[in-house]
Parts: sequence; structure tokens; C-alpha cells
Amino acid sequence: MTITAVLVLAVGTYAMRLGGVLLRERVEMPERVEKLVSIAATVLLAALVATATLTVDGGFAGWARPTGVAVGALAAWRRLPFVAVVVLAAATTALLRWLGVP
Amino acid sequence: MCSIKESVRSAWRTLDRELLRDVLAVATAVALVGVSFGAIAVASGLSPWLAITMCLLVFAGGSQFMAVGVVAAGGGVVAAVVAGLLLNARFLPFGLATGDVLGRSLLARLVGSHLLIDETVAFALAQRDPARRRAVYWVAGTVLFVTWHVGVVFGVLAGQVIGDPNAFGVDAAFPAGLLALLLPSLRERAVLGVALLGAVIALVATPFLPAGIPVLLALLAVLAAVPATRTAGRTGDGRTDGGRADAGRTGAGRADGGAGPTAAAEAGEAR
Repeated sequence: MTITAVLVLAVGTYAMRLGGVLLRERVEMPERVEKLVSIAATVLLAALVATATLTVDGGFAGWARPTGVAVGALAAWRRLPFVAVVVLAAATTALLRWLGVP
Repeated sequence: MCSIKESVRSAWRTLDRELLRDVLAVATAVALVGVSFGAIAVASGLSPWLAITMCLLVFAGGSQFMAVGVVAAGGGVVAAVVAGLLLNARFLPFGLATGDVLGRSLLARLVGSHLLIDETVAFALAQRDPARRRAVYWVAGTVLFVTWHVGVVFGVLAGQVIGDPNAFGVDAAFPAGLLALLLPSLRERAVLGVALLGAVIALVATPFLPAGIPVLLALLAVLAAVPATRTAGRTGDGRTDGGRADAGRTGAGRADGGAGPTAAAEAGEAR
């Protein structure tokens, strides 16, 4: 890793962030399109949740992680506090790993 | 800079304790991942200064791990940067969705854009009230930026001591936290279907495509939502509006405390 590579990654990443933010201001969006854009963000986050839960480097992540996330999801669905959701997910996965589940 | 400091300060006042606790829970997980990034970066040959500079300037953990990993595996610097940028391409649509959350001034947009990460977007979108959206975006962004770097510096200096953060299940904490923040939006039937479709598209594509692309492909699912929003517009928002009202109600208990002072702070800030 060189400083040039870091700078290119940083500038490119920032350009995409700022680009989206400024585009939002420039473009007059009808309410319908605005709704679609907000749905799009939810879809992206859902896709991130799915891939981060089940996959590592393009393959299956093993059972410990998805089981932990499932416990967290159940807690969230039962409207437990957010902190409980995060801690239960982490604790379940940690416990399973400690027991030797990959 | 003054207006940003002021908006962070008023944002801090706006948020109730419960929401702050939520942010701190994520911040703890972020700090642990920061420790692991610091340790891995130094172990794969980055100088401590380059590792910290990278964090400050890029501030997107996934792409940083990716870039460092590609170089460590002998993939070359160009491949590392391309892989990192692909992974971060989602920030463009995220910016489009949250652009109006950051604030009106150009400075707020310039600084706020750098704080745009999955977690800040999720925290913001989970709020219905615009003032609270802005408040939680800035507070979460600032807190996560600070804790991430505290973690990274610690990891650079003493990372090997901690070991693998996944032993603590940190890798399960992130998706679970994001999911919890998404739930209010997913209670809208039409959105839930589209989100599930997107998740399936991303999962199916993951083994075959470079990281970052599958998540972007999930956007194809949004096409399925086009007819739904069209009918909703024509028939006066039958189902969509019901979902929105419901989400508002579930958040009402929390929103109540902050609404008054927020509006005042907003008006003050606008002047």
C-alpha cells in the first residue's frame, strides 16, 4: 500500500459520497422518485445485511455468524432495545465460536 | 466551521438518552473493528502513519480491509484501489437518499459527506422526523469517526494483544444492528418484498462477482417497487401511507421528548 494508492482510494470514495449528496440538491425529484430513492437505500442496506451475515470472501460464512444475527433479528422483531439486539447477536456468535462452531 | 460545531452541539441536545445509547453500542463494535484494522494494516506492512492516514481520509472500514488484504495477497496496488472503490460505490446512492439530511450549508455537506457510512445512513433513515434524522446522522457520524480512530490507533500500537475481534462476535453485531435499524422501514409490506428480493439478488451474485457489485445489483429489485409507488400516488397512498403512519406511531414515544427543542434549535440555526 502506498500513499498514492491511499489518496486515490480516499478521493474516489469521497467523490462518490459528495456526488450523491450534491446530486440530491441539484435534481428536483417528484415525490414518487424520492420515495423510490429511499426504498433503494433500504434495499442496499438489506443486501448488505444479507451478504455480511451469510458470506465471507464470496463463500459461506459458517454457522456461528448467521445464528448470532438470527438471534439479534428475533430480539429486534420482539422490539427489544437496540443495545440488546447488538449484544445478543455478538454474544451468541462468540459463544458458538468458543464452542468450536466455525 | 462554527456552524458545524453548533449543529453537532444542538444535535447532541436533540437526541434522547436511549438513542445515544444505541449509537454508543455501535461505536463499541466499531472501535473493536478499528483495533483489528490497525493491527492487520501494520502486520501487512503499512507504516503506522499510513494506516492512520488511510483511516482518516477513506473512513470506510470495509474498503480499507479489502485494499490492505488485496495488497497483502500480492494482488497489486491498482487492484486494491479498484476493489476498494467498487465496494464504496454504494455511497453514491446512499448520498442521493440522505443528501437532504446533512444540512443546508455547503460546509455541512462537504464535512457531512465524509461521515456517510452504512451505519450513519441506517441510523438516519430509521428516524421519521427530519430534525432527528439530521441530529442522529451528525452525532452517530462524529461518535463513530472518533471511536473508529481511537480503535485504529490502539490497534496500530498494541493490536496483537487483542487478537481476533470475531472471537467476540463483532462480525454478527454489525448486520444485526443494521437490521434492527431497518425494521421500521421493512414493516411497510411493499418495501419488505423489494428488500427481500434485493437481498436474494445480492446473495446469488456474491460467489460470482467482485465484492461491492452484488450489493449494487440488488438495486434491480427497486424496479419491482415502481408500479407500487405509481398506484400509491394515483389512489391517494392507500397502503404506503398506512405503513408510514404505523412507523410514525412506533417511533412516537421516542420522538416526543426531542421535538420541541429540536424545532427551536433548527430555527436558531437557520437564522
